[in-house]
Amino acid sequence: MFTAITHSQIYVLDQDEALDFYVGKLGLEVNADVDLGFMRWLTVSVPGHPERQILLERPGPPAMSEETAGQVRELVTKGVMGGHLVFATEDCRKTYEALLGLGVEFTEEPTERPYGIDCGLRDPFGNSIRFTQPPKA
Amino acid sequence: MLRARDAMDRAYAQSLDVPALARVAHVSPAHFARTFRATFGETPHRYLQRRRVERAMFLLRETDHSVTDICFEVGFGSPGTFSRTFHDIVGRSPRTYRKEAKGSAGAGGAGRAADAVAAGAVGVPTCFVMAWTRPRA
Repeated sequence: MFTAITHSQIYVLDQDEALDFYVGKLGLEVNADVDLGFMRWLTVSVPGHPERQILLERPGPPAMSEETAGQVRELVTKGVMGGHLVFATEDCRKTYEALLGLGVEFTEEPTERPYGIDCGLRDPFGNSIRFTQPPKA
Repeated sequence: MLRARDAMDRAYAQSLDVPALARVAHVSPAHFARTFRATFGETPHRYLQRRRVERAMFLLRETDHSVTDICFEVGFGSPGTFSRTFHDIVGRSPRTYRKEAKGSAGAGGAGRAADAVAAGAVGVPTCFVMAWTRPRA
């Protein structure tokens, strides 16, 4: 059966802006940024983990009609497109402060939960992101 | 609807008419044609044509099969219909397209051959290539 998740995908409305955010602010690493002519194949991952890539895909034709792309953009903007990413961190509060300093807007401050300390934010387009510091074993 | 569209992406070479696709979608033919169009922005017939032409473009670039063989390989019933449909969607004949694609491999222009190599090198899953190289309406 399956042995790993290699690719996940989320929709972003602008790939340059997505790079600024995911790499420039969240500190992810670019795995591939290739203009294939028919699409820009842009993937990022947690630094040192290229085996698990996130495709930052822009909705649009010819993969879908312009009308559908408009609906996808609207759903992303409403925060209901379903592009959720949950990261693990060693120190939730420290990471939170660092990102706050970079101008990242949070939806939830670091909070203690049964599963650890975590907080929530959105990317510039509406996708929801969390990062969690697991409880000490 | 998506199940019927996936069937076209997968079995584009078979003779898929509206009644057959409607059966895949478990709805009446009239309802199928109307709903497909409302959902994906084009008729099922046009969607299938563009999928077949996309596959034909791929075969023209990547293989030495004759234009007539490719016509039947991707599911067209006659070379006349194939040429007419291809010209209508791509803006040039299959032969001209092949000449341009082979001539410009590595250069710009219709350099889809180089794009395909790049996609292979980065390990782009085929569903993304097929979605994004489908000729525009």
